[in-house]
Amino acid sequence: MSKAAVDLPPKGGFSFDLCKRNDMLAKQGLSGPSFRKTGTTIVGLIFQDGVILGADTRATEGPIVCDKNCEKIHYMAPNIYCCGAGTAADTEAVTDMVSSQLQLHRYHTGRESRVITALTLLKKHLFNYQGYVSAALVLGGVDCTGPHLHTIYPHGSTDTLPFATMGSGSLAAMAMFESKYKEGLSRDEGIQLVVEAICSGIFNDLGSGSNVDVCVITKGHKEYLRNHLLPNPRTYVNEKGYTFPKKIEVLMTKITPLKERVEIIETGDAMEE
Amino acid sequence: MSIFEYNGSALIAMVGKNCFAIASDRRLGVQLQTIATDFQRIYKVHDRLFLGLSGLATDAQTLYQRLVFRHKLYQLREERDMKPETFASLVSAILYEKRFGPYFCQPVIAGLGDEDKPFICTMDSIGAKELAKDFVVAGTASESLYGACEAMFKPDMEAEELFETVSQALLSSVDRDCLSGWGGHVYVVTPTEVREMILKGRMD
Repeated sequence: MSKAAVDLPPKGGFSFDLCKRNDMLAKQGLSGPSFRKTGTTIVGLIFQDGVILGADTRATEGPIVCDKNCEKIHYMAPNIYCCGAGTAADTEAVTDMVSSQLQLHRYHTGRESRVITALTLLKKHLFNYQGYVSAALVLGGVDCTGPHLHTIYPHGSTDTLPFATMGSGSLAAMAMFESKYKEGLSRDEGIQLVVEAICSGIFNDLGSGSNVDVCVITKGHKEYLRNHLLPNPRTYVNEKGYTFPKKIEVLMTKITPLKERVEIIETGDAMEE
Repeated sequence: MSIFEYNGSALIAMVGKNCFAIASDRRLGVQLQTIATDFQRIYKVHDRLFLGLSGLATDAQTLYQRLVFRHKLYQLREERDMKPETFASLVSAILYEKRFGPYFCQPVIAGLGDEDKPFICTMDSIGAKELAKDFVVAGTASESLYGACEAMFKPDMEAEELFETVSQALLSSVDRDCLSGWGGHVYVVTPTEVREMILKGRMD
């Protein structure tokens, strides 16, 4: 029986079926596609009550902005969030995968997840693929041992820091942090500093742009401030809209009415004893 | 030359008021030679969910067959149609599975979700989802399409106006791209009907 005839559900992990064909095409001169990157400025800092994470919201495909308002702060656990830079598919897939693993672990142990657990799961996966899974992450959260902030590089190395930046705008953001960070910041001072650092990335780095997302995590409580600041609104919007000089010519029209959606209410018989 | 420019394509999906439109060009080429002018890029997954596949045509057809198989299995097990958000996650997972040897396709997914709320989404060739609230584009003409849609889009358009906007954006963008064109194929879907229209465009 031919293996190719039955498309069994995959056992998980990557499938390398098309690699040979793609190599053959590359040798014939047909180069592969560019993947969506999240150029990015992502930052994190520890303040007196916990951790604050920040990110911009631009996603690029080569030099084109393909998403003006994407989400780069990913949920890992109720008390842990992770910002991702690098190839967008890799950051989304790896954070989703580790988030599921953490959920299973919570069911097994009956306890709140620890940031160090998420860190170890992520670095193991990334090291395993030797940097080919191109995800650079800033992981932050508050667990029973206190607030933690880590950075993870695509090859699997990690750092534990009081303030961190990653992505193409990391130098611009780090400049703000290095000059203004101090220990024991209050919540408002912390948010202000994170917003300044992300704005510095947005306005000075071409790979970052659009809006600022902020996430504040404290013991037992988290606040995800999506689009906390919108420093790049659309200017010159014409209320009248666009008027088209040429009319569209239609060659064929086919209209298919959709069936009414019917709600079936089950009137089941009670089971006989 | 990029693998995406082997066959040429243009795809666009746009959200309106309780409706959506998805449109494609109709050319199939082998590099610079046109071999078909009625190629179908947009497929119906179920009554309220449409999938457009741009990029290498052979991978688009293979991917479509795989997805139809998975959707039919889902229908047998769950006894209902897949929601658009679920379908988008399924497509993303199938594409990411081939992370290091990908399908050379960029899908555009458009559907009506719960309470007739329109849903559109696109992905790159390895499954990075982009959930937009206004419009999504894909294909060789994507740079022109981005520009045309940014200028022409208005929120909360009714079906008639949405059709006009999508068609104008598509035709003006493919006119500036050698590898796509030869007419347009537009689907406008509202909660009560599906309108399929073939547009007359420049045949060059």
